[in-house]
Amino acid sequence: MTMLTRALLGATALCACGFAAAAQETTTLTIATVNNGDMIRMQGLADAFTEANPNIELEWVTLEENVLRQNVTTDIATNGGQYDVITIGTYEVPIWGRQNWLVPLNDLPAEYDVDDLLPPIRAGLSVDDTLYAVPFYGESSFVMYRKDLAEAAGVTIPEQPTWDEIKAAAAAMNDPDAGIHGICLRGKAGWGENMAFLTTMANSYGARWFDENWQPQFDSPEWKAAITDYLDLMNNYGPPGASSNGFNENLTLFQQGKCGMWIDATVAGSFVTDPNNSTVADQVGFALAPDAGQGKRANWLWAWSLAIPSSSDAPEEAKQFLAWATSKDYANLVAETEGWANVPPGTRTSLYENPDYVAAAPFAQMTIDSINAADPNQPTRDPVPYTGVQFVAIPEFQGLGTTVGQEFSAALAGQKTADEALAAAQELALQEMTSAGYIQQ
Amino acid sequence: MARAVSTSRKAVNTALAWGVALLIAFPILWTFLTSFKPEPQAVASPPVWFGFDWTVRNYVDVQNQRDYFDYFWNSVILALGSTALGLVIAIPAAWSMAFVPGRRTKDLLMWMLSTKMMPGVAVLVPIYLIFIQLGLLDTRIGLVVVLMLINLPIIVWMLYTYFREIPGEILEAARMDGASLGREILYVLTPMAIPGIASTVLLNIILAWNEAFWTIVLTTTNAAPLTKFISGFSSPQGLFYAKLSAASTMAIAPILIMGWFSQKQLVRGLTFGAVK
Repeated sequence: MTMLTRALLGATALCACGFAAAAQETTTLTIATVNNGDMIRMQGLADAFTEANPNIELEWVTLEENVLRQNVTTDIATNGGQYDVITIGTYEVPIWGRQNWLVPLNDLPAEYDVDDLLPPIRAGLSVDDTLYAVPFYGESSFVMYRKDLAEAAGVTIPEQPTWDEIKAAAAAMNDPDAGIHGICLRGKAGWGENMAFLTTMANSYGARWFDENWQPQFDSPEWKAAITDYLDLMNNYGPPGASSNGFNENLTLFQQGKCGMWIDATVAGSFVTDPNNSTVADQVGFALAPDAGQGKRANWLWAWSLAIPSSSDAPEEAKQFLAWATSKDYANLVAETEGWANVPPGTRTSLYENPDYVAAAPFAQMTIDSINAADPNQPTRDPVPYTGVQFVAIPEFQGLGTTVGQEFSAALAGQKTADEALAAAQELALQEMTSAGYIQQ
Repeated sequence: MARAVSTSRKAVNTALAWGVALLIAFPILWTFLTSFKPEPQAVASPPVWFGFDWTVRNYVDVQNQRDYFDYFWNSVILALGSTALGLVIAIPAAWSMAFVPGRRTKDLLMWMLSTKMMPGVAVLVPIYLIFIQLGLLDTRIGLVVVLMLINLPIIVWMLYTYFREIPGEILEAARMDGASLGREILYVLTPMAIPGIASTVLLNIILAWNEAFWTIVLTTTNAAPLTKFISGFSSPQGLFYAKLSAASTMAIAPILIMGWFSQKQLVRGLTFGAVK
């Protein structure tokens, strides 16, 4: 063997070693999530994914919801590439999808069974039939009420109540001397706090944020009726200081037995029926969100979903993770380790056809009915130019929704009348939509 | 002659001082107590003060969820690194301003301070883009530089104030003895200003430790300090106050302990030159 041949063989062997090392190279996925029970559980179970995919490592960044939104927005807008998988809501998906900030997910493997995703949730995560995020858990809103208090007060809350029936039940169950308030609703200002509830309540009264020409509609009789009834309900039968109450505050009040009724996220169903944290766990009844005979119920649609920012340098590995975390197999894994009641709800039809799950989650049927009753593409009685049930999927909505929410929160605190708050909301929305160019002058 | 203070006046002053101290320390005390409560009792209304079921479960959960020490070491490196780098730049700067002031020194000092009045978010995008270009995102070195720049005006101002209390004649004498500029600063000025420098260092470590905007925005995992650790325990849905309190207690404990042991130096430094 000549020197040259030896040298060539040696070089070939070195190259082979190099390629082998490259083939073994691991990819690290950085995943940004919010801190809630389902997400934390997923972190605990992620070993199952890394064992099946030894070439992928996972790094978790858990952040408070608003901090997450700010960080991820900054990173995507500047093409920073810090995150490979992000947790986002149904509000961001249509906006970011349209801007090509997210990797399209239409090519998920057949075994993922994308058609099993609940149609309203899938619609909320798609833009022009292109799926941009996959749901980790989905929710709507419904009525949670105390069966014992309703019975004692002699009222029946039907499965599909009207607002008049809710008002009557709140009046009957209200007993402030005993520390029980007829109804607890959100009052804390914020587009995702009081405006999530108030927008759905307004939808059920036949109101809408904007007409087809983006003209704000807060001066309509429908908005006036909705806000007037909301203030009447809360002033007469709500807890004191309700203008500071958001989801967590009302959850605490309800769990401590201080609310006759609470209309909020379906995900709360598992919290209020959890005997470890709720003093009224065995006394909770559920009903669909109320309506006012306008063809729309006051229920929203939300899904915390996983998406891949277009700045990720490992989109294929990220897709593998997404497909695992939102798969039927993942649901089975959670059921095996933590029980069926802990499976992330509101994403797949098959889950609600599973008798084990339906038996373990007393709120299952009401949750699926509520989700199916929501239509993000036609959220209101009259036509609108936007998508989103409890929000308007435009970038300006975060700021506008919160400012308008402050007006209604001030009205609840007694600092303004309903008319003053509505007039201010109309003015604010008109200004914002004009300066943002939606309304041409 | 010392002024005579009556016993009753003393008692009132003491009670008042305790009252104010308790009021200021109340949020920390409350956080500490909450960290030992089960989640439902953490949000109980009316609040449960001491008669709750004490548990260390929250601390165990927090540690199981994320490794505290990863974040802790990052906090230590960022706080110490940014303060040390700041001193290297600020000592010569403060020396020149204090001992060889020019016509624009006062304006310069005011301008430096004015940069503290600008909200950080106003320059978020440019800084973020610079970090991307330089490959500094989620690196300790990047964060050390940013924290140093944020606190530099305060370091310069504090040192300037301390240096001005030192008679220039002493430095002049050193110069006449043949000391170079570097030796003058290192062997004459610095030892005399040690109390001032110590309090500047302590204050800046505290400020860098608590900085919670840039440290959250510019990091993901590798350089994430305790501020990022805390922010992950706030939850949009569900009970989280007890765990958040446990995480907060773990995050503030080191700096609280450091402040406790160095309070003598801190007070001495902050009152340096106050009494002539």
